[in-house]
Amino acid sequence: MADDKDVLRDVWFGRIPTCFTLYQEEVTEREADPYYLLLPRVSYLTLVTDKVKKHFQKVMKPEDIGEMWFEYEGTPLKWHYPIGLLFDLHASHTALPWSITVHFKDFPEKDLLHCPSNSVIEAHFMSSIKEADALKHKGQVINEMQKKDHKQLWMGLQNDKFDQFWAINRKLMEYPAEEGGFRYIPFRIYQTVSERPFIQKLFRPITAEGQPHTLIDLLKEVSPFAVSQGGGEKKYQVVIHGIEPMLETPVQWLSEHLSYPDNFLHISVIPISTD
Amino acid sequence: MKYQNVVTSQKSAVHLPKMSESEDCTAETGPEAAPAATEDLAVAEEKKKIDILLKAVGDTPIMKTKKWSVERSRTIQALVQFIKKFLKLDSTDQLFIYVNQSFAPSPDQEVGTLFECFGSDGKLVLHYCKSQAWG
Repeated sequence: MADDKDVLRDVWFGRIPTCFTLYQEEVTEREADPYYLLLPRVSYLTLVTDKVKKHFQKVMKPEDIGEMWFEYEGTPLKWHYPIGLLFDLHASHTALPWSITVHFKDFPEKDLLHCPSNSVIEAHFMSSIKEADALKHKGQVINEMQKKDHKQLWMGLQNDKFDQFWAINRKLMEYPAEEGGFRYIPFRIYQTVSERPFIQKLFRPITAEGQPHTLIDLLKEVSPFAVSQGGGEKKYQVVIHGIEPMLETPVQWLSEHLSYPDNFLHISVIPISTD
Repeated sequence: MKYQNVVTSQKSAVHLPKMSESEDCTAETGPEAAPAATEDLAVAEEKKKIDILLKAVGDTPIMKTKKWSVERSRTIQALVQFIKKFLKLDSTDQLFIYVNQSFAPSPDQEVGTLFECFGSDGKLVLHYCKSQAWG
Protein backbone atom coordinates (compact mmCIF):
# COMPACT_ATOMS: atom_id res chain seq x y z
CA MET A 1 0.00 0.00 0.00
CA ALA A 2 1.27 3.40 -0.90
CA ASP A 3 1.74 5.78 1.98
CA ASP A 4 -0.68 8.70 2.13
CA LYS A 5 2.39 10.92 2.33
CA ASP A 6 3.22 9.95 -1.26
CA VAL A 7 0.06 11.80 -2.29
CA LEU A 8 1.58 15.07 -1.10
CA ARG A 9 4.57 14.52 -3.34
CA ASP A 10 2.42 13.58 -6.33
CA VAL A 11 0.30 16.70 -5.87
CA TRP A 12 3.35 18.94 -5.48
CA PHE A 13 5.11 17.64 -8.57
CA GLY A 14 2.06 17.70 -10.84
CA ARG A 15 2.98 19.37 -14.15
CA ILE A 16 1.02 20.61 -17.16
CA PRO A 17 2.80 20.69 -20.52
CA THR A 18 2.04 24.09 -21.96
CA CYS A 19 2.64 25.90 -25.23
CA PHE A 20 2.80 29.69 -25.01
CA THR A 21 2.03 31.61 -28.19
CA LEU A 22 2.24 35.34 -28.67
CA TYR A 23 -1.09 37.01 -29.44
CA GLN A 24 -1.24 37.55 -33.18
CA GLU A 25 -1.90 41.27 -32.93
CA GLU A 26 1.11 42.04 -30.79
CA VAL A 27 3.64 44.13 -32.70
CA THR A 28 6.90 42.25 -33.24
CA GLU A 29 10.06 42.91 -35.19
CA ARG A 30 10.28 39.32 -36.35
CA GLU A 31 8.15 36.24 -35.93
CA ALA A 32 8.00 34.78 -32.43
CA ASP A 33 8.35 31.03 -31.97
CA PRO A 34 6.04 29.40 -29.47
CA TYR A 35 7.57 28.63 -26.08
CA TYR A 36 7.10 25.30 -24.31
CA LEU A 37 7.15 24.85 -20.55
CA LEU A 38 6.11 22.29 -17.93
CA LEU A 39 3.99 24.32 -15.53
CA PRO A 40 3.83 23.26 -11.86
CA ARG A 41 0.17 22.82 -10.96
CA VAL A 42 0.57 24.20 -7.44
CA SER A 43 2.30 27.44 -8.48
CA TYR A 44 1.14 30.70 -10.03
CA LEU A 45 1.40 31.74 -13.67
CA THR A 46 3.26 34.98 -13.06
CA LEU A 47 5.72 33.20 -10.75
CA VAL A 48 6.94 30.67 -13.29
CA THR A 49 6.86 32.54 -16.60
CA ASP A 50 9.94 34.79 -16.46
CA LYS A 51 11.40 32.73 -19.31
CA VAL A 52 8.24 33.17 -21.36
CA LYS A 53 8.43 36.91 -20.89
CA LYS A 54 12.09 37.08 -21.88
CA HIS A 55 11.50 34.83 -24.88
CA PHE A 56 8.81 37.04 -26.41
CA GLN A 57 10.32 40.36 -25.42
CA LYS A 58 13.36 39.50 -27.53
CA VAL A 59 11.30 40.11 -30.67
CA MET A 60 9.47 43.20 -29.41
CA LYS A 61 10.29 46.87 -29.08
CA PRO A 62 10.32 48.19 -25.49
CA GLU A 63 7.53 50.66 -26.29
CA ASP A 64 5.20 47.80 -27.29
CA ILE A 65 5.68 45.94 -24.02
CA GLY A 66 3.09 46.45 -21.30
CA GLU A 67 2.30 44.15 -18.38
CA MET A 68 2.22 40.53 -19.51
CA TRP A 69 -1.04 38.61 -19.17
CA PHE A 70 -2.37 35.27 -20.32
CA GLU A 71 -5.49 34.07 -22.01
CA TYR A 72 -6.95 30.69 -22.96
CA GLU A 73 -9.63 30.56 -25.66
CA GLY A 74 -10.78 34.09 -24.91
CA THR A 75 -10.73 33.75 -21.12
CA PRO A 76 -8.14 35.90 -19.32
CA LEU A 77 -6.31 33.66 -16.82
CA LYS A 78 -6.21 34.93 -13.24
CA TRP A 79 -2.63 34.72 -11.98
CA HIS A 80 -3.86 34.66 -8.39
CA TYR A 81 -5.55 31.29 -8.94
CA PRO A 82 -3.18 28.30 -8.79
CA ILE A 83 -2.23 27.00 -12.24
CA GLY A 84 -3.79 23.58 -11.68
CA LEU A 85 -7.11 25.21 -10.82
CA LEU A 86 -7.02 27.35 -13.97
CA PHE A 87 -6.41 24.26 -16.07
CA ASP A 88 -9.11 22.14 -14.39
CA LEU A 89 -11.63 24.96 -14.59
CA HIS A 90 -11.07 26.22 -18.11
CA ALA A 91 -9.13 23.63 -20.06
CA SER A 92 -9.67 20.14 -18.66
CA HIS A 93 -11.13 18.92 -21.96
CA THR A 94 -8.29 20.25 -24.07
CA ALA A 95 -5.62 18.18 -25.80
CA LEU A 96 -2.13 18.67 -24.40
CA PRO A 97 -0.04 20.73 -24.53
CA TRP A 98 -2.27 23.42 -23.08
CA SER A 99 -2.21 26.31 -25.49
CA ILE A 100 -1.96 29.67 -23.71
CA THR A 101 -1.91 33.01 -25.53
CA VAL A 102 0.48 35.69 -24.26
CA HIS A 103 -0.46 39.38 -24.32
CA PHE A 104 1.56 42.53 -23.66
CA LYS A 105 -1.13 45.15 -24.20
CA ASP A 106 -4.84 45.85 -23.55
CA PHE A 107 -4.62 44.53 -19.97
CA PRO A 108 -8.15 43.41 -19.01
CA GLU A 109 -8.56 45.55 -15.88
CA LYS A 110 -12.03 44.16 -15.24
CA ASP A 111 -10.96 40.53 -15.16
CA LEU A 112 -7.42 40.45 -13.82
CA LEU A 113 -5.44 41.82 -10.92
CA HIS A 114 -2.15 43.52 -11.65
CA CYS A 115 0.98 41.65 -10.73
CA PRO A 116 3.87 44.14 -10.79
CA SER A 117 6.28 41.93 -8.81
CA ASN A 118 6.72 38.63 -7.03
CA SER A 119 6.09 40.36 -3.71
CA VAL A 120 2.46 40.78 -4.80
CA ILE A 121 2.22 37.03 -5.35
CA GLU A 122 3.87 36.43 -1.98
CA ALA A 123 1.39 38.72 -0.21
CA HIS A 124 -1.54 36.99 -1.89
CA PHE A 125 -0.17 33.54 -1.08
CA MET A 126 0.50 34.33 2.59
CA SER A 127 -2.89 35.95 2.96
CA SER A 128 -4.57 32.81 1.63
CA ILE A 129 -2.65 30.67 4.11
CA LYS A 130 -3.70 32.98 6.95
CA GLU A 131 -7.31 32.87 5.84
CA ALA A 132 -7.16 29.06 5.68
CA ASP A 133 -5.65 28.89 9.15
CA ALA A 134 -8.32 31.24 10.48
CA LEU A 135 -10.80 28.56 9.39
CA LYS A 136 -8.74 25.57 10.55
CA HIS A 137 -7.31 26.76 13.86
CA LYS A 138 -8.71 30.28 14.42
CA GLY A 139 -5.40 31.48 13.02
CA GLN A 140 -3.48 30.24 16.06
CA VAL A 141 -0.97 28.05 14.23
CA ILE A 142 0.08 30.60 11.63
CA ASN A 143 0.20 33.39 14.22
CA GLU A 144 2.46 31.37 16.52
CA MET A 145 4.94 30.81 13.73
CA GLN A 146 7.96 33.03 13.32
CA LYS A 147 8.56 35.34 10.40
CA LYS A 148 11.22 32.97 9.07
CA ASP A 149 8.70 30.11 9.00
CA HIS A 150 6.35 32.23 6.89
CA LYS A 151 9.26 33.01 4.61
CA GLN A 152 10.11 29.33 4.36
CA LEU A 153 6.59 28.49 3.16
CA TRP A 154 6.89 31.10 0.42
CA MET A 155 10.47 30.21 -0.54
CA GLY A 156 9.50 26.55 -0.68
CA LEU A 157 6.81 27.35 -3.22
CA GLN A 158 8.86 29.86 -5.15
CA ASN A 159 11.84 27.54 -5.50
CA ASP A 160 9.81 24.36 -5.88
CA LYS A 161 11.32 22.83 -2.74
CA PHE A 162 8.89 20.21 -1.49
CA ASP A 163 10.77 19.35 1.74
CA GLN A 164 11.40 22.98 2.63
CA PHE A 165 7.70 23.81 2.25
CA TRP A 166 6.34 20.75 4.02
CA ALA A 167 8.72 21.04 6.99
CA ILE A 168 6.60 24.05 7.97
CA ASN A 169 3.30 23.29 6.28
CA ARG A 170 2.82 20.06 8.25
CA LYS A 171 2.23 22.20 11.35
CA LEU A 172 -0.69 23.84 9.57
CA MET A 173 -2.13 20.37 8.95
CA GLU A 174 -2.18 19.30 12.60
CA TYR A 175 -5.26 19.22 14.82
CA PRO A 176 -6.15 18.04 18.32
CA ALA A 177 -6.75 14.27 18.17
CA GLU A 178 -9.90 14.52 20.28
CA GLU A 179 -11.50 16.81 17.72
CA GLY A 180 -10.93 14.51 14.78
CA GLY A 181 -10.17 17.31 12.35
CA PHE A 182 -9.89 21.01 11.69
CA ARG A 183 -12.44 23.49 12.99
CA TYR A 184 -13.63 24.20 9.47
CA ILE A 185 -12.38 22.96 6.09
CA PRO A 186 -10.87 25.70 3.90
CA PHE A 187 -12.36 25.06 0.49
CA ARG A 188 -13.51 26.95 -2.56
CA ILE A 189 -15.83 25.57 -5.20
CA TYR A 190 -15.58 27.07 -8.67
CA GLN A 191 -18.21 26.71 -11.34
CA THR A 192 -17.75 28.08 -14.82
CA VAL A 193 -21.52 28.38 -15.14
CA SER A 194 -21.75 30.75 -12.19
CA GLU A 195 -21.47 34.52 -12.05
CA ARG A 196 -19.88 34.34 -8.64
CA PRO A 197 -16.14 33.75 -8.53
CA PHE A 198 -16.46 30.85 -6.09
CA ILE A 199 -18.42 29.43 -3.19
CA GLN A 200 -16.85 29.37 0.24
CA LYS A 201 -18.73 28.55 3.43
CA LEU A 202 -18.16 27.24 6.90
CA PHE A 203 -18.09 23.45 6.75
CA ARG A 204 -17.00 21.13 9.53
CA PRO A 205 -15.08 17.93 8.84
CA ILE A 206 -17.16 15.96 11.34
CA THR A 207 -20.93 15.64 11.69
CA ALA A 208 -22.73 16.45 14.93
CA GLU A 209 -22.83 12.66 15.53
CA GLY A 210 -19.06 12.41 15.18
CA GLN A 211 -19.02 10.85 11.71
CA PRO A 212 -16.65 12.18 9.04
CA HIS A 213 -18.19 14.46 6.45
CA THR A 214 -17.42 13.31 2.92
CA LEU A 215 -16.98 15.15 -0.37
CA ILE A 216 -20.55 14.33 -1.35
CA ASP A 217 -21.84 15.80 1.93
CA LEU A 218 -19.97 18.99 1.15
CA LEU A 219 -21.27 19.18 -2.41
CA LYS A 220 -24.85 18.44 -1.37
CA GLU A 221 -24.71 21.31 1.07
CA VAL A 222 -23.00 24.00 -0.98
CA SER A 223 -23.32 22.98 -4.63
CA PRO A 224 -26.22 20.52 -4.84
CA PHE A 225 -26.59 20.68 -8.62
CA ALA A 226 -23.06 19.30 -9.02
CA VAL A 227 -24.18 15.94 -7.69
CA SER A 228 -27.78 15.98 -8.91
CA GLN A 229 -28.55 13.09 -11.22
CA GLY A 230 -30.97 14.34 -13.85
CA GLY A 231 -32.20 11.21 -15.68
CA GLY A 232 -29.59 9.10 -13.92
CA GLU A 233 -26.74 10.59 -15.88
CA LYS A 234 -23.85 12.40 -14.38
CA LYS A 235 -23.82 15.98 -15.64
CA TYR A 236 -20.83 17.41 -13.84
CA GLN A 237 -17.32 16.36 -12.99
CA VAL A 238 -15.92 17.29 -9.61
CA VAL A 239 -12.20 17.79 -10.10
CA ILE A 240 -9.24 18.49 -7.80
CA HIS A 241 -5.70 18.41 -9.22
CA GLY A 242 -6.98 16.95 -12.46
CA ILE A 243 -8.60 13.92 -10.87
CA GLU A 244 -12.11 13.09 -9.72
CA PRO A 245 -11.75 12.00 -6.09
CA MET A 246 -14.24 9.41 -4.86
CA LEU A 247 -17.23 11.26 -3.49
CA GLU A 248 -17.09 9.11 -0.34
CA THR A 249 -13.67 10.54 0.57
CA PRO A 250 -13.72 12.30 3.96
CA VAL A 251 -13.19 16.06 3.51
CA GLN A 252 -10.66 16.09 6.35
CA TRP A 253 -8.44 13.69 4.38
CA LEU A 254 -8.89 15.79 1.25
CA SER A 255 -7.96 18.93 3.13
CA GLU A 256 -4.77 17.38 4.48
CA HIS A 257 -3.66 15.77 1.23
CA LEU A 258 -5.19 17.56 -1.75
CA SER A 259 -5.06 21.18 -0.61
CA TYR A 260 -2.93 23.52 -2.66
CA PRO A 261 0.07 25.14 -0.94
CA ASP A 262 -2.22 28.06 -0.03
CA ASN A 263 -3.97 25.51 2.24
CA PHE A 264 -7.29 25.68 0.37
CA LEU A 265 -9.02 22.83 -1.42
CA HIS A 266 -9.79 24.31 -4.84
CA ILE A 267 -12.60 22.24 -6.29
CA SER A 268 -13.76 22.65 -9.89
CA VAL A 269 -17.26 21.68 -10.96
CA ILE A 270 -17.17 21.16 -14.71
CA PRO A 271 -20.08 20.39 -17.01
CA ILE A 272 -19.59 17.14 -18.91
CA SER A 273 -19.67 17.93 -22.61
CA THR A 274 -22.32 15.90 -24.40
CA ASP A 275 -20.55 15.56 -27.72
CA MET B 1 -15.40 36.97 21.20
CA LYS B 2 -13.03 39.64 20.04
CA TYR B 3 -15.51 42.12 18.73
CA GLN B 4 -18.13 42.28 21.44
CA ASN B 5 -17.61 45.86 22.44
CA VAL B 6 -17.63 47.44 19.01
CA VAL B 7 -19.53 50.67 18.57
CA THR B 8 -22.83 49.69 20.08
CA SER B 9 -24.01 53.25 19.82
CA GLN B 10 -24.45 52.88 16.07
CA LYS B 11 -28.18 52.57 15.68
CA SER B 12 -28.54 51.73 12.06
CA ALA B 13 -26.45 50.86 9.10
CA VAL B 14 -25.97 53.31 6.29
CA HIS B 15 -26.25 52.03 2.79
CA LEU B 16 -23.34 52.25 0.48
CA PRO B 17 -24.25 54.06 -2.71
CA LYS B 18 -23.57 52.29 -5.95
CA MET B 19 -20.19 53.60 -6.96
CA SER B 20 -20.52 52.48 -10.52
CA GLU B 21 -23.52 54.66 -11.13
CA SER B 22 -22.69 57.68 -9.10
CA GLU B 23 -19.68 59.82 -8.46
CA ASP B 24 -21.25 61.05 -5.28
CA CYS B 25 -20.16 59.12 -2.24
CA THR B 26 -21.98 60.90 0.54
CA ALA B 27 -23.82 58.56 2.82
CA GLU B 28 -27.54 58.16 2.45
CA THR B 29 -29.77 57.28 5.35
CA GLY B 30 -30.91 53.69 5.46
CA PRO B 31 -34.38 52.26 4.95
CA GLU B 32 -34.93 52.37 8.68
CA ALA B 33 -35.83 56.01 8.07
CA ALA B 34 -38.19 55.09 5.25
CA PRO B 35 -41.91 54.35 5.72
CA ALA B 36 -42.64 50.88 7.03
CA ALA B 37 -44.77 49.97 4.04
CA THR B 38 -42.01 48.21 2.21
CA GLU B 39 -42.71 46.07 -0.80
CA ASP B 40 -41.71 42.44 -1.16
CA LEU B 41 -39.11 43.41 -3.68
CA ALA B 42 -37.42 45.73 -1.25
CA VAL B 43 -37.45 43.02 1.39
CA ALA B 44 -35.83 40.56 -0.99
CA GLU B 45 -33.26 43.18 -1.88
CA GLU B 46 -32.52 43.70 1.80
CA LYS B 47 -31.70 40.05 2.25
CA LYS B 48 -28.94 40.40 -0.28
CA LYS B 49 -27.28 42.99 1.91
CA ILE B 50 -25.03 42.49 4.86
CA ASP B 51 -23.75 44.81 7.56
CA ILE B 52 -20.10 45.67 7.67
CA LEU B 53 -18.24 47.64 10.30
CA LEU B 54 -15.26 49.63 9.06
CA LYS B 55 -12.48 50.39 11.52
CA ALA B 56 -9.39 52.46 10.84
CA VAL B 57 -5.93 51.27 11.81
CA GLY B 58 -3.01 53.45 12.84
CA ASP B 59 -2.96 56.94 11.41
CA THR B 60 -5.51 56.19 8.69
CA PRO B 61 -8.43 58.63 8.96
CA ILE B 62 -11.55 57.27 10.60
CA MET B 63 -14.95 57.35 8.93
CA LYS B 64 -17.69 59.08 10.90
CA THR B 65 -20.10 56.44 9.70
CA LYS B 66 -18.68 53.08 10.59
CA LYS B 67 -21.52 50.72 9.92
CA TRP B 68 -22.61 50.18 6.34
CA SER B 69 -25.08 47.99 4.59
CA VAL B 70 -23.58 46.45 1.50
CA GLU B 71 -24.70 44.08 -1.25
CA ARG B 72 -23.24 40.62 -0.78
CA SER B 73 -21.77 40.61 -4.25
CA ARG B 74 -19.74 43.76 -3.69
CA THR B 75 -16.03 43.06 -4.00
CA ILE B 76 -13.19 44.13 -1.74
CA GLN B 77 -11.86 46.19 -4.64
CA ALA B 78 -15.11 48.15 -4.91
CA LEU B 79 -15.07 48.67 -1.16
CA VAL B 80 -11.52 49.99 -1.30
CA GLN B 81 -12.53 52.47 -4.00
CA PHE B 82 -15.48 53.57 -1.93
CA ILE B 83 -13.44 54.14 1.22
CA LYS B 84 -10.81 56.07 -0.72
CA LYS B 85 -13.45 58.37 -2.16
CA PHE B 86 -15.13 58.76 1.18
CA LEU B 87 -11.86 59.74 2.85
CA LYS B 88 -10.93 61.85 -0.18
CA LEU B 89 -7.73 59.90 -0.64
CA ASP B 90 -5.89 60.00 -3.91
CA SER B 91 -6.91 57.19 -6.23
CA THR B 92 -3.26 56.15 -6.43
CA ASP B 93 -2.99 55.87 -2.64
CA GLN B 94 -2.82 52.36 -1.32
CA LEU B 95 -5.48 51.08 1.00
CA PHE B 96 -5.42 47.67 2.64
CA ILE B 97 -8.42 45.85 4.05
CA TYR B 98 -8.07 43.15 6.67
CA VAL B 99 -10.34 40.46 8.06
CA ASN B 100 -9.87 39.22 11.66
CA GLN B 101 -6.97 41.68 11.93
CA SER B 102 -4.91 39.08 10.15
CA PHE B 103 -5.36 38.52 6.43
CA ALA B 104 -6.03 40.75 3.43
CA PRO B 105 -8.65 39.15 1.18
CA SER B 106 -7.90 39.37 -2.52
CA PRO B 107 -9.52 42.36 -4.27
CA ASP B 108 -11.97 40.23 -6.27
CA GLN B 109 -13.35 38.48 -3.18
CA GLU B 110 -17.03 39.17 -2.41
CA VAL B 111 -17.94 40.61 0.99
CA GLY B 112 -20.89 38.20 1.21
CA THR B 113 -18.54 35.21 1.22
CA LEU B 114 -16.34 36.81 3.86
CA PHE B 115 -19.42 37.60 5.93
CA GLU B 116 -20.51 33.97 5.87
CA CYS B 117 -17.12 32.68 6.97
CA PHE B 118 -15.88 35.46 9.24
CA GLY B 119 -18.91 37.48 10.26
CA SER B 120 -19.91 37.59 13.91
CA ASP B 121 -22.91 39.03 15.71
CA GLY B 122 -24.59 39.64 12.36
CA LYS B 123 -21.86 41.79 10.89
CA LEU B 124 -18.48 41.62 9.24
CA VAL B 125 -15.73 43.68 10.87
CA LEU B 126 -13.14 45.00 8.42
CA HIS B 127 -10.06 47.01 9.30
CA TYR B 128 -8.65 49.40 6.74
CA CYS B 129 -5.22 50.93 6.64
CA LYS B 130 -3.10 53.08 4.35
CA SER B 131 -0.07 50.91 4.94
CA GLN B 132 0.35 47.20 5.48
CA ALA B 133 -0.83 46.63 9.02
CA TRP B 134 -0.57 42.88 9.32
CA GLY B 135 2.15 41.02 7.43
